Amino acid sequence: MTKILSVKNLVIKFYTFDGVVHALNNVSFDLEEGETLAIVGESGSGKSVSMLSLLHLLPMPPAKIENGEAYFYGNEEEPVDLLKLNRSGISKIRGGKIGFIFQDALSALNPVMTIGRQISESIIEHLGLSHAKAKEKTIELLKRVGIPGARQRYDNFPHQFSGGMRQRVMIAVSMACTPKIVIADEPTTALDVTVQAQIVDLTKELQKEFNIAVVWITHDLGVVAGMADRVLVMYAGSPVEIANAQDLYSNPQHPYTIGLMNALPNVKGDGDSRLASIDGIPPDLMDEPRHCQFAWRCPHAFDRCWEEIPQQVSVGENHVVSCFFDVENGRPKENV
Amino acid sequence: MSEHISSQKHDGTTEDQIMVRVQNLKKHFPITKGVIWSKQVGAVKAVNNVSFDIMKGETLGVVGESGCGKSTTGRAILSLLKPTSGKVFLEDIEITALKDEELRHLRPRMQMIFQDSYDSLNPRHSVAKIIAEPMVVNKTGSPREIRDRVMELLELVGLNPNHAVRYPHEFSGGQRQRINIAKALALNPEFIVCDEPISALDVSIQAQIVNLFQDLQEQLGLTYLFIAHDLSMVQHISHRVAVMYLGQIMELTSCKNLSDNPLHPYTQSLMSAVPIPDPKQELNRTRIILEGEVPSPTNLPRGCVFHNRCPIAQDICTDQVPEYREVIPNHFLACHLADDKGGSSIAA
Repeated sequence: MTKILSVKNLVIKFYTFDGVVHALNNVSFDLEEGETLAIVGESGSGKSVSMLSLLHLLPMPPAKIENGEAYFYGNEEEPVDLLKLNRSGISKIRGGKIGFIFQDALSALNPVMTIGRQISESIIEHLGLSHAKAKEKTIELLKRVGIPGARQRYDNFPHQFSGGMRQRVMIAVSMACTPKIVIADEPTTALDVTVQAQIVDLTKELQKEFNIAVVWITHDLGVVAGMADRVLVMYAGSPVEIANAQDLYSNPQHPYTIGLMNALPNVKGDGDSRLASIDGIPPDLMDEPRHCQFAWRCPHAFDRCWEEIPQQVSVGENHVVSCFFDVENGRPKENV
Repeated sequence: MSEHISSQKHDGTTEDQIMVRVQNLKKHFPITKGVIWSKQVGAVKAVNNVSFDIMKGETLGVVGESGCGKSTTGRAILSLLKPTSGKVFLEDIEITALKDEELRHLRPRMQMIFQDSYDSLNPRHSVAKIIAEPMVVNKTGSPREIRDRVMELLELVGLNPNHAVRYPHEFSGGQRQRINIAKALALNPEFIVCDEPISALDVSIQAQIVNLFQDLQEQLGLTYLFIAHDLSMVQHISHRVAVMYLGQIMELTSCKNLSDNPLHPYTQSLMSAVPIPDPKQELNRTRIILEGEVPSPTNLPRGCVFHNRCPIAQDICTDQVPEYREVIPNHFLACHLADDKGGSSIAA
């Protein structure tokens, strides 16, 4: 497997009138070609911010990238640091080599432009095709994502589509230029379960067909189980655990991940058992992190958790955890 | 249809245990055309002929996709929306026949909790004032008694009584939902309609609120109608679940039956679409993926409303509306083909 994206030590802060919001603290991860990486976390954990920042989609100010690099290996030439690119440099990659699917398709699509033109626009821009050829390619794409009557629908506006159909159009937009990476930011959160299953299936199919790496941002651990190869769990702007999906679900190592898994109801449940909830609420991101962000809610927290920020430690093949406590043996880790 | 259900319950001994009875409830929203000489040109059939009972101390879950009429059902039961037709009983009182003034006296016994915890709290009132308001309006006691009751309620829902002077924006989503629950409990209701109370919350907070709902039910003997679209959460909290599609109940049965032996093809596809948080199970599972999307409720399909997406639809499904009936004890269903699908279990 070859690396397609490598993010290192990303730190992002928001400078607001009320103070500094520590949105991302030292996030590092790699993305391999053709794999699906799921980023899971609660609202405000920084999962969207980390991805938006790579494509310069964060409003700056108030946001500021304090530190970090993000190497993209999808260009023919040498790798580029996405964070250091200028405006025209990132425009060449954004929408072309890296596609984006947003949660709310209705506000992500231009309401006064036909969906056909919105898709062909990026084909003309990035692939340099003529208008007529771009139109043919667009119609083919619309067929591919399962929109009936693609030729007639080419001239329709976004409001004439249903929620599921709009999300299909979004997928067509993001995959129009056969990208290397598609970032999907909660693409199915606003959809019903039966439609969600359709969209997940479609994304998986297209991913296999074009060998696209997908970053799937979500808070739903169920969807992740069905599609992710690897999972990055985030909490309050910090990465807490990265592991293969199988590993993460069968052998979670961070107290937060374990808490999340236990908080899920069992589909076969009979309604008698209680859910194991995580007490307390996520921390205020206005406070500068000086120790483990999860210490307030952690059942295992001890002195050291209140003094230092835990670093990412490997606990197995492709399994990295940021925690001072060895959950398996029930005691603090040594040599960390 | 309703005769069948009611007769079944009328001669049983369970009569006195029924908290809420809904009979042939319909709620249609008219579509009008023209400004001055406006006339009705159609109707959004949000809820169409829904009948069910809720027992005392029971949680009845209602699931379905967006637009299937689950929230409208909840509101119509409480007469927050006046039903187009049909009857709703709270114990032996017919809510739908009451005059406004009589209804107002009944309101303390039934309450509602909404999804958006922020929009349902007045941002300019302190928490104490918000929770006290229903008691002040209904004159349940002296100001001192009401204040004591507010503190008691805050403690009951797991909030610090010292926070009573704070305002809604100072709380997180989960805490705001606790305030809403305290407000709903202020008048000692017996029946609460919970309209997607946990959908807007994070997973770890959802579990806290669900546990709170269950604790309160145990302590106070509450009856819930729990509306949500998250099937796994609904199954966890409910005793029985009703599956709705296009304004009608497709299947109503106990949670155990629903997961072990779903009879309706819609329920089966819904169950198979719910993601399971376990990669191993996900790998080996066959999904029934439904084609297309939900038809418009202004123009309902002929016959069974599900027939144009149903994987096993027959000719009879396009012609005749299936009867909503109790196919096996405590298992209600609206499908022509249930016998073929359910196998021997429906033989009775």
